[in-house]
Amino acid sequence: MTNLRTPLYDTHVALGGRIIEFGGWDMPVQYSNGVLAEHAAVRQRVGMFDVSHMGRIRLTGEDAASALDHVVTSNMGTLRAGRARYGLICNEAGGILDDVVVMRLADDEFLMVCNAASWDRITAWLGQHCEGVTIGHERDETSMMAVQGPGAVDALQALTDLTLAELGRFGCRTATVAGASALISRTGYTGEDGFEVIVPSADAERVWRTLVEERGVAPCGLAARDVLRLEAGLMLYGQDMDDTVTPLEAGLNRFVNLDKDFGGVERLREQAANGIERRITGLTVEGRSAPRHGYTVRTGDGGESVITSGAYSPSLDYSVALAYLPTDLSEPGNDVDVDIRGRTVRATTVSLPFLQADRG
Amino acid sequence: MPFDPANLVFSREHEWVARDDADPNTATVGITDYAQGELGDVVYVDLPTVGAAVKQFETFGEVESVKSVSDLFSPVSGTVAEVNSGLEDKPELVNEDPYGEGWMLRVTIEDERELQSLLSHDEYQAFLTELSGGD
Repeated sequence: MTNLRTPLYDTHVALGGRIIEFGGWDMPVQYSNGVLAEHAAVRQRVGMFDVSHMGRIRLTGEDAASALDHVVTSNMGTLRAGRARYGLICNEAGGILDDVVVMRLADDEFLMVCNAASWDRITAWLGQHCEGVTIGHERDETSMMAVQGPGAVDALQALTDLTLAELGRFGCRTATVAGASALISRTGYTGEDGFEVIVPSADAERVWRTLVEERGVAPCGLAARDVLRLEAGLMLYGQDMDDTVTPLEAGLNRFVNLDKDFGGVERLREQAANGIERRITGLTVEGRSAPRHGYTVRTGDGGESVITSGAYSPSLDYSVALAYLPTDLSEPGNDVDVDIRGRTVRATTVSLPFLQADRG
Repeated sequence: MPFDPANLVFSREHEWVARDDADPNTATVGITDYAQGELGDVVYVDLPTVGAAVKQFETFGEVESVKSVSDLFSPVSGTVAEVNSGLEDKPELVNEDPYGEGWMLRVTIEDERELQSLLSHDEYQAFLTELSGGD
């Protein structure tokens, strides 16, 4: 099977991006300056990611808000036009089918951003569960880039007619960027201030190159993005959560409204009432040798768990990881053992996020 | 002063060996520029202790980048005479100066005939061309 490519693929190759397969897409994992330089650019200045592989699904119709409220765990009906909100889509058993950001563009129009690998599945799910709502794909028509870091406002402001300082976190507006018609949202996946910008694919390379060449934005790849999101305690669907865990087990309670009806709500109400047996937990390990995805965690009672994500954190200069631990162990300050390729290493539970970024 | 790669011999696992002119029984070992480029930013290097035995083409340690972990394979058999302790605090030297300050081990060679199974600089370059041609 041939991998999909975003409209920016040739630009990445021309700018020295090293390409790997991710979720069925050929994507840049890093550029020539390396992961640490890209990480530093986003934490200290401004970097940019091609996120065109993320699913964009447009829902239109009078009943779109109420239909979405029955599918997404967070409130959709109360979301005002020009705002975005994070939420989960669950199956009837409360298992997470995907995590999404939903932007309300108008009273009867929403744009859902889902994970790359979930695009077809979520489109089909919405088709089954949102009767009377028109559901549109935007795979080829548009491209999406994330401009992230404390310098994001400065970098983008010179290219757009929108006053970015007035756009609050999770606000979204249509505007022009470098002459292209764009949808700008103050969202991201790095723990930093920043924007995600959706433009027509025909304009994508020009917008990307203008940001890189004229505004000094560092092009960044998936490897830096993965470390940045982990430091910020943001989970990756398919790795830190999937349909075998519920939003409460994944620590996403604040994005779940148990007072409304949506797919899987009964199970979540039951968990809220009776408690959960396991919960996603942050772990820190001294040193740079990181617990990684799939490594075994041993708890004192003879139980075992698995690292879902783990990496050396350049911002903290120690290693951080996520694992589902028994609820009583998931409180901060407990010690567990991690098997790092045959070496037993002590890890300590901490509260998330690992890094409290300074959001503008 | 970094070694001149033209004077080194190489393994297919992308390690290099430099014979010591003054002490022909001792060799310096590191990873190649190609290897460091493929790994990306190195954040941790796990090396054996002095006195440990290493065997040709068997693992002697690990190198971790932000994204991955890779085994290090010894290009020669022998005893570890010295390790580059500078890599503990500055693992990035492996990226910055793979043939110099990024060296990893000094090994007292057990059997110098083993070196004949390694690649010359030209052979290693041809091997890399072959690798990239496989795309």
